[in-house]
Amino acid sequence: MSNIDNITGLLDSMADELRQLLKQAGCDNPAMVGIHTGGVWIAEQLHRKLGLSEPLGSLDISFYRDDFTRIGMNPVVRPSQLPFSIDDRHIILVDDVLHTGRTIRAAMNELFDYGRPASILLATLVERDGRELPIQANVVGVHVRLSSTQHIKLLGPQPLTLEINETS
Amino acid sequence: MRNSLQLDDQGRLRHFLCIEGLNYPLLTDILDTAESFAGVTEQSVKKVPLLRGKTIVNLFFEASTRTRTTFELAAKRLSADVLNINITQSSTVKGETLLDTLRNLEAMHIDMFVVRHADSGAAHFIASHVAPHVSVINAGDGRHAHPTQALLDMFTIRRVKGADFGRLRVAIVGDVLHSRVARSQIHALNLLNTGDIRIVAPRTLVPAHADALGVHVYHDLEAGIEGADVIIMLRLQRERMQGALLPSEHEYYELFGVTEEKLAAAGPDVTIMHPGPINRGVEMDSEVADGPRSVILEQVTHGIAVRMAVMSMAMHRREEARA
Repeated sequence: MSNIDNITGLLDSMADELRQLLKQAGCDNPAMVGIHTGGVWIAEQLHRKLGLSEPLGSLDISFYRDDFTRIGMNPVVRPSQLPFSIDDRHIILVDDVLHTGRTIRAAMNELFDYGRPASILLATLVERDGRELPIQANVVGVHVRLSSTQHIKLLGPQPLTLEINETS
Repeated sequence: MRNSLQLDDQGRLRHFLCIEGLNYPLLTDILDTAESFAGVTEQSVKKVPLLRGKTIVNLFFEASTRTRTTFELAAKRLSADVLNINITQSSTVKGETLLDTLRNLEAMHIDMFVVRHADSGAAHFIASHVAPHVSVINAGDGRHAHPTQALLDMFTIRRVKGADFGRLRVAIVGDVLHSRVARSQIHALNLLNTGDIRIVAPRTLVPAHADALGVHVYHDLEAGIEGADVIIMLRLQRERMQGALLPSEHEYYELFGVTEEKLAAAGPDVTIMHPGPINRGVEMDSEVADGPRSVILEQVTHGIAVRMAVMSMAMHRREEARA
């Protein structure tokens, strides 16, 4: 798992993969949306590497989570910003870690409240086991296998580092 | 007793009845949550799915437009279903008791009551009789409390003046005697450690032992607003006045009506607030109400975010209790 120390390298290969995918699918002028907080950090890097013309969008999905009632109120919820029309748009959704899939489900629900995208591609820096919903990423920086008591977290924004913690 | 009624054993909101019994962390938590919802209400899509499937009843035993509308909008922006029931023209007129009305609504599986009533303590009464999964929000009871109004005023002050209330001088001007808004505001300002809280009113409109609330009492407008950072005007509540408390509205305006001229005594960056509805030419001059220092319309906007915060916080605790 030493490659989780080379985030710049992971981001470069993610950008290459995304470029190819977009070309194959014939998606011109896609728009990128990062999920707060770590997803926005990753999206900022990918957005620059791909040289996208649309400004970067961001989603805070706290109000859309299905476990919101169990984790309680998170008082700092930033407003979502989608500075472009979602309708008929190819969207690249970016998050730091794909785990249960619930965050992505919530993000897609929120996106659909804003319009009907032509397509959504999912890019995540880390893909780990523990999926609870039928959601897969199109582009992944690194796959890690972790036990259910282990957590992986992106720290940042400067520098971006991945940290694995053991919880009881 | 109030404390245990509106908070659960972990100190979270169960009902929202009055400012008394809240603590500083909970109050700032509500204001922070409201800040998050203010962001939502400024988005192009103003709705979040937090209270989807919930039913909220606005139970208004007393007329109100602004409060009822902002509660309704807040509930709708949380995706709840809302029912407005105006009891002044409904079953109590036919002799049904308050508890029977309540039991009937509960039988319809209501999740939250937003209550306004002309009698002090009405919301407490209802909160102490509802089923365990139902939350009650006080939208104004008699002369007692109007806690969401006080919160939206604190939210507005915090946005304009910053979070450090310790350096602020806040003057509440007008009919303090009849004002549930003033009572809730004073409790909230105290909880936020406001440096100097003043009430400015004719002797006939100041409650007895007002000093016990931790305020300085003034009977002269210009002395009371001297150096003030915030002036909160109160509506003259003619409908609640019994007997000759004031010689005339005209004389009140002469002595206590805020005009641009009299405002010279206040601080240069003074902010003017009013819970509405304004009596122009009684409590204040139109020039002041519509002037650059007035945040009266911002208060209305903030009312939605603050009510979204209180409703979702009270409701989510209930959800957790059920799970």
